[in-house]
Amino acid sequence: MDPNLMRKSVLRSVAGATALAASLSLVACGGADKAGGDFDGEVKVGILHSRSGTMAISENTVAEAELMAIEEINAKGGIKVDGKKLKIVPVEEDGASDWPTFAEKAKKLIDQDQVSVVFGGWTSASRKAMLPVFEAKDHFLFYPIQYEGQECSKNIFYSGAAPNQQAEPAVDWLLKNKGKDFFLVGSDYVYPRTANTIMKEQLKASGGKVVGEDYLPLGNTEVAPIIAKIKQALPKGGVIVNTLNGDSNVAFFKQMKAAGITPANGYSIMSFSIAEEEIAAIGPEYLEGTYAAWNFFQSLDTPASKEFTKNFKAKYGDNRVTNDPAEAAYMMVYLWAAAAEKANSVDDNKVREALVGVSFDAPEGKVTVMPNHHVEKRVLIGEVQKDGMFKILEDKGFVKPVAWNQFVPETKGYTCDWTQSRPDAGKYKM
Amino acid sequence: MDLLYDTLFNGLAIGSVLVLAALGLAVVFGLMGVINMAHGELMMLGAYTTFVVQNIFKAVLPDALFPIYILVAIPLAFLVSGLVGLLLEKTVIRRLYGRPLETLLATWGVSLILQQFVRSVSSAFAIGLLLAVAGGLLIPRLTPKAWWQQRWTPLLGSGSWILSGIVGIAVAAVLGQQRALDQPWFSARNIDVTAPIWLRGSIDVGAVNMPAARLFIIALTIIALLAVSWFLQKSVWGIRIRAVTQNRSMSDCLGIPTGKVDALTFLIGSGLAGVAGVAVTLLGSVGPNLGGNYIVDCFMVVVLGGVGKLAGTVLAALGIGVLSYVVGSGSLLLVWPAMPEALNTLITFFATTSMAKVLVFALIVVFLQIRPAGLFPQKGRMVEA
Repeated sequence: MDPNLMRKSVLRSVAGATALAASLSLVACGGADKAGGDFDGEVKVGILHSRSGTMAISENTVAEAELMAIEEINAKGGIKVDGKKLKIVPVEEDGASDWPTFAEKAKKLIDQDQVSVVFGGWTSASRKAMLPVFEAKDHFLFYPIQYEGQECSKNIFYSGAAPNQQAEPAVDWLLKNKGKDFFLVGSDYVYPRTANTIMKEQLKASGGKVVGEDYLPLGNTEVAPIIAKIKQALPKGGVIVNTLNGDSNVAFFKQMKAAGITPANGYSIMSFSIAEEEIAAIGPEYLEGTYAAWNFFQSLDTPASKEFTKNFKAKYGDNRVTNDPAEAAYMMVYLWAAAAEKANSVDDNKVREALVGVSFDAPEGKVTVMPNHHVEKRVLIGEVQKDGMFKILEDKGFVKPVAWNQFVPETKGYTCDWTQSRPDAGKYKM
Repeated sequence: MDLLYDTLFNGLAIGSVLVLAALGLAVVFGLMGVINMAHGELMMLGAYTTFVVQNIFKAVLPDALFPIYILVAIPLAFLVSGLVGLLLEKTVIRRLYGRPLETLLATWGVSLILQQFVRSVSSAFAIGLLLAVAGGLLIPRLTPKAWWQQRWTPLLGSGSWILSGIVGIAVAAVLGQQRALDQPWFSARNIDVTAPIWLRGSIDVGAVNMPAARLFIIALTIIALLAVSWFLQKSVWGIRIRAVTQNRSMSDCLGIPTGKVDALTFLIGSGLAGVAGVAVTLLGSVGPNLGGNYIVDCFMVVVLGGVGKLAGTVLAALGIGVLSYVVGSGSLLLVWPAMPEALNTLITFFATTSMAKVLVFALIVVFLQIRPAGLFPQKGRMVEA
């Protein structure tokens, strides 16, 4: 057995015993537990991310940001509901990078642990797996990752960017500043395919041109055919939009650099899945001068952003970085807490109704939950620097989220508004 | 013409990676008939060795020497992967000769162990493991001889391993309390291997752009091929290896130490995997899952080439390289711009990397239907099961 694991499990059982003893003493004395602050009760929340498997590297950061937010709220006295102070108690489950497991664990959190809300998911596949569970049980999921849109569930709140808060402004910026000829590269699964479909429609509508498109199977490392295609399609430079996920990015950037497809030679490369954490893994020397669009960068120069990064580093280590998904995860816990106080209840239905219109001063700025269950967010375009951080080139300010894409013919004209009392509030014609 | 050269070069570039990755497997699978699923993980160990060598050069040696770290990494990676392969042969594979299914499962298990090892190895873990292994090996030597001729001796054998295992875990747990010793060496994250400057650029020859890293890999492949074929054809041990491959019991009768020959073959095959591991750090990511990206391709090359023939391996790898480049890059459309609409649509459909892979696999399946033994089947009656 892995000695680390063993040590941890021993520690955990010791901690468990202590907690048990503490709660027993609480019951026995009928008084407040002094060590944990003065609380009148508890509210359970679920945290459901992949803590093992291929996605663990990314999702660990998100789960850590959520736990940090919970700890901060508890340190300030918890949630004040109905004249009582409630302590938030996280119940952690491991989705194990396996989509059916996500659905199963979501069921367990709802039925067995009776949590008030679940914070969880990263890949679109995991969200699509959990969605039927939350709709059937009429429960409540908070999802923190930028995604492809074209979804609007009554039971899900999306605190990451919709396409019009990341991909669309990024394409606009590229069209205005970098050129009209686009080459699209992505991993072969739902997010890149959908995002590229939207981008193609947008480019058609705004005078750009797609000169080529290619998809790599997840985990593939042979990029020579794609490089040849890029050279044929864009011999003198142009725009490359990269929606590759995971390991393929490393192969892609290493081989592109070797083949001379670099910012210095007139190629503008915009990535949608590369944040501070991924830069460290790929190596900044391969990414320097490429672009990314996010709602938060660690380099964002505001007091709230610096405070967030400082606290994160203090808690999890000086070598760690913050990024957009971590910020979205952190902020959604606060949004939920604020909504619970507004509703004066932790009942999932009441909180869900109260959430629309709730604001929070997040690290990126003041974010607000919109009637379509997405969040109004700040749109930023950045350029990778030598030190692996982003230089912010453009701040487009706060943009309202659009769930049903207006460039794609099938969803054009549709909208989503859960404050309307109509059966088709999730998708109806404007 | 430029297009032809371009295609040839890129096909050669893709193919040479496959040759290098599959060469070790061709030796192990081809000559010994061992299905080694841990081959990819031996490559991964080679890649991690490169990472360690790079960091040593960065931290200890003068900057001027940094560009040659990769040349130092090659023999070291051969050694590390080769020794791990040797250990694997001595402990696991030796007991499973002639049982391909069991070998497959056992080596697959080994591949999982190796992956998890690089994820969780820390100083405390390494010290604990070392103590456990040393204890298990030394207890029999340090205890009185008489203990080892009793009826309860088998209990003593496993008992000493269990005891030293417990001691190892306990030591690791105690040392793990120290934060410095508990830090994983590599962790589960991908690690960053940076190519030296001279391997990052590219050279233009005529209209063909040749990345230096690709040229380096092609050269490395040629050297490795020449070395392996020289070794197998000319050296004494190479001749012994071929003799054992052709007829094990006859070789045994003639005084060839077959046990040593097996170990040596496995060491060389594993060492070659390590060299391939150094090469792939120039192209892609380095992480615990690196091996999985290559293992299927390696088996594909060896099976297509015909088991036991190096020439077949080379030809198969180059064929796959050229084919996947031609299909994946859609360059057929450039050669024949006026092709019929239907054909054009078909080729465009397959001209993405993921579809090209599907097509190449399909063609290999069809080819193996016609020639089940691959490009160069072994002739005669000398092959052992």
